Amino acid sequence: MRLFGKTLTAAAVLVMSTSLVMAEDVEVLHWWTSGGEAAALNVLKDDLATKSIGWVDMPVAGGGGEAAMTALRARVTAGDPPTAVQMLGFDILDWAGEGALGDLTSVAAAEGWDTVVPTALQAFSKADGKWIAAPVNVHSTNWVWINKAALDAAGGKAPETWEELVAVLDAMKANGITPLGHGGQAWQDATVFDGVVLGIGTDFYKAAFIDLDPAALGGEQMAEAFNRLIKLRSYVDDNFSGRDWNLASAMVINGEAGMQMMGDWAKGEFLKAGKVPGTDFVCIRFPGTQGAVTFNSDQFAMFNVEGEGAVAAQAAMASAIMNPTFQSAFNVVKGSVPARTDVPNDAFDDCGKKGMADLAEANGSGKLFGSMAHGHAAPAAVKNAVYDVVTAAFNGEYADGAAAAAALAEAVAAAQ
Amino acid sequence: MATEADFRTRLQDWLPKLVLAPSFAVTLLFVYGFILFTIVLSFTGSKMLPKFTWVGFENYEKLFALPAWNTAIVNIAIFATLYIVICTVIGLMLAIFLDQKIRGEGMLRPIYLYPMALSFIVTGTAWKWFLDPGIGLERIMHQWGWESFSFTWIKDGEMALYTIVIAAVWQTSGFVMAMFLAGLRGIDNETLKAAQIDGASNWQLYRRIVIPLLRPAFLSAFVILSHLAIKSYDLVIALTGGGPGRATEMPATFMYSYTFTRNQMGIGASSAVIMLMTIAAIMVPYLYAELKEKK
Amino acid sequence: MAAVTQDTAVSTGRITRTFIYLVLVLFALFYLLPLYVMGVNSLKPLNEITGGNMMALPSQWTLEPWRSAWSTAQIGVEPTGLKPYFLNSILMVVPAVAISTIIGALNGYVLTKWRFRGDTWVFGLMLFSCFIPFQIVLIPMAVVLGKLGLAGTVPGLILVHVVYGIGFTTLYFRNYYASFPTELVRAAMIDGAGFFRIFWRILLPVSGPIAVVSVIWQFTNIWNDFLFGVSFGGTSQPMTVALNNLVQSSTGVKEYNVHFAGAILAALPTLLVYIVAGRYFVRGLMAGSVKG
Repeated sequence: MRLFGKTLTAAAVLVMSTSLVMAEDVEVLHWWTSGGEAAALNVLKDDLATKSIGWVDMPVAGGGGEAAMTALRARVTAGDPPTAVQMLGFDILDWAGEGALGDLTSVAAAEGWDTVVPTALQAFSKADGKWIAAPVNVHSTNWVWINKAALDAAGGKAPETWEELVAVLDAMKANGITPLGHGGQAWQDATVFDGVVLGIGTDFYKAAFIDLDPAALGGEQMAEAFNRLIKLRSYVDDNFSGRDWNLASAMVINGEAGMQMMGDWAKGEFLKAGKVPGTDFVCIRFPGTQGAVTFNSDQFAMFNVEGEGAVAAQAAMASAIMNPTFQSAFNVVKGSVPARTDVPNDAFDDCGKKGMADLAEANGSGKLFGSMAHGHAAPAAVKNAVYDVVTAAFNGEYADGAAAAAALAEAVAAAQ
Repeated sequence: MATEADFRTRLQDWLPKLVLAPSFAVTLLFVYGFILFTIVLSFTGSKMLPKFTWVGFENYEKLFALPAWNTAIVNIAIFATLYIVICTVIGLMLAIFLDQKIRGEGMLRPIYLYPMALSFIVTGTAWKWFLDPGIGLERIMHQWGWESFSFTWIKDGEMALYTIVIAAVWQTSGFVMAMFLAGLRGIDNETLKAAQIDGASNWQLYRRIVIPLLRPAFLSAFVILSHLAIKSYDLVIALTGGGPGRATEMPATFMYSYTFTRNQMGIGASSAVIMLMTIAAIMVPYLYAELKEKK
Repeated sequence: MAAVTQDTAVSTGRITRTFIYLVLVLFALFYLLPLYVMGVNSLKPLNEITGGNMMALPSQWTLEPWRSAWSTAQIGVEPTGLKPYFLNSILMVVPAVAISTIIGALNGYVLTKWRFRGDTWVFGLMLFSCFIPFQIVLIPMAVVLGKLGLAGTVPGLILVHVVYGIGFTTLYFRNYYASFPTELVRAAMIDGAGFFRIFWRILLPVSGPIAVVSVIWQFTNIWNDFLFGVSFGGTSQPMTVALNNLVQSSTGVKEYNVHFAGAILAALPTLLVYIVAGRYFVRGLMAGSVKG
């Protein structure tokens, strides 16, 4: 209590309203159904239970929430939305545009969310100045996970530039392993491409993916980015198509592959296999992107619910999500970093601490960008258009980078 | 008394129509009403949820400019042709073979039929596994000593479509077999015996007499298979997810992704209208011929 | 029908017969292959799957994956296994199959024995509903269910499945009743029997084979449906949605043996229906739909 002066008032507001309606339920639509994720979510559920708020579970897994979003559309159209929905990036703003979301501003003001949540994140948690969603975590996507033994055999120095990266990959190839562990699914291809584009330059990333500037999308730098992506394809084994990302992680863990370019959720796989950051594996930013971060953030979007009790339960849930203790507990389990910058990093491992420091640095220097691959740079239609071209390029359907860049500019224009 | 009897006969006249009416009304609303809704939607600028801002034929123009839609059309043409032909051939062959006083027919029949009972999640998981070079057939062959064996269709943009044909044929050819078997069992043996006396060989018997008599079964099989082919969504998602890249995109997966995950509902609706028109073009002549014949 | 024997009069030589048996058995193996792969691997510990041959029999047999899939696997926030969802599916499937079959029988009866002007048109229009892609009806259906207050409820799901099932059931029963002698119905009418009485006393008793076809078809389709279940199931989601959650979980170790056990569990009811009623299935098809 001593820590959170402002929380007192918020708590008072909540106690007042929740005491009127005991045993109210929140219905939560989400796709966190694997063991670790569910354990993390259970922290939230138990917390709400102490406030006499019941948890009605509506899990819909698959495809990064695609099936869940279909279910949600049916629920909203039927006039029966869930209380809270796990959601990513532009989907939140799109739903806000449809007028389907509730208003958390009073809780947010009482607890001072504005000052602790990174600005780039607030862009997705607020619409028209109103808080509409409670961010749970920040994942950053421009990570590379390297098998330490394979790296030592390939020279031992973690690559810091594109040229060094190519050198390491070549050395790994010469050592007889698959240099790059990768799964051929559109979002994984796009995740790698995020790093490649950011590596060309932070201003370029912003111009191409955030501002969607046609000149940047179809220009020479983009052609170079695609050439690099096509180059990376040559370090992937032939059996990559359709492979799940965690199987690609497993390849790196057991030394079959040298490295994987994947978001911070990959860390969980390494930890579960009993590997230690620094000794068994190394986590670095995508070469050439240190200091900048591409992120995606899981948030719980709060829908319009009817009845005073339901609204109060919803507010209590939002407050519980933003609680620093929960943020720490959840993100330690999930592998991501807290969505507020004032959470102590004691509970996190080395990679987690680095992630939190990088996030704070990028937030301060204006180099914190939404990830295109994960729907935080542009709306779904554009994102999927980018997927189409990136995946096609990765599968060798364009003659060269310039052709791919031209196709990208065209596809993005058509999707807008 | 007279009026009551009168009332009862009038009621009897109306009763059949009253019984049929709810089904008919429900069909009008839930099928034709919804089709109309989709057609209207395809002329609007709907993105995430239905919105009625008129945009004319813009969605259709965008649709046919999309390379993925062309891929989907080519894919469905290849898939549907192969699927229907192979299923019919296998189904007919198995039915004719099973009809030869086979011992153990009672055991074989459910084995041929059961794949139809499984959901796409089950089918997809099993086949995806089996066809994956890293864990499935290719690896087994390598483990059994056939080192040069290679079967990587599912990972190959050119060939992945044919793995969907394999799984789909696996799932429904047994059902087609059952339809042909039912047709064969309905053929009067006297006709066959008469032909045999005339000295016809087995081959001639089947080609000249039996297969022409199976016409209704062929038609039913064709209708059921073509509607399964056009609606093929589940199996594609479970097996390849439309990949590698977008090599196995089908109209149904295309429509679903534009309507529900890409927030371009207008384009999704226009692709649905094209699909419906295709289905109608196949079904209406068939239905017309069937129903006219029976009158 | 009675004059038709079960077997063909065609006779074949010894070599041909051997060839026929060979082909039949090879195809049986082809059909059984995926089931074998799933079955065998659901009885292995996980390390045997990832490290060994997937065609090999387990060196260490275990029922643990089955137990896990049924009662302890992570489906949502709680590790409930598939058990609670099984009941949801049953509660939805049984009424939906029963209602759509009864309606189909009545419709088929009207369309063949109480014909009226334009009845073929009515039938044709209803038949086309079999061919509508379900993806396009999701949004308008959600609006209607919302208006009816049935969104996210079991009755709502039952309604949806009945609506898109009666096209098929009507088709089956209509074709079946078409071959039933209309004279018997006429005679009963002259005797003063009413609409429902004739149906109950004369047609229903002979409807066994086609009812089996209708039930098998509907049961399989509804039990295996995912799209409607996930969209309109609300918190009483059916088995397929739970299985999807089990198989598709985004992170963590993929427990393939548990996935396979779950997949077979989810398929058991339909498999059972096919095996138990399969012999009547061909008979029903023979009597009805195929003869046109």
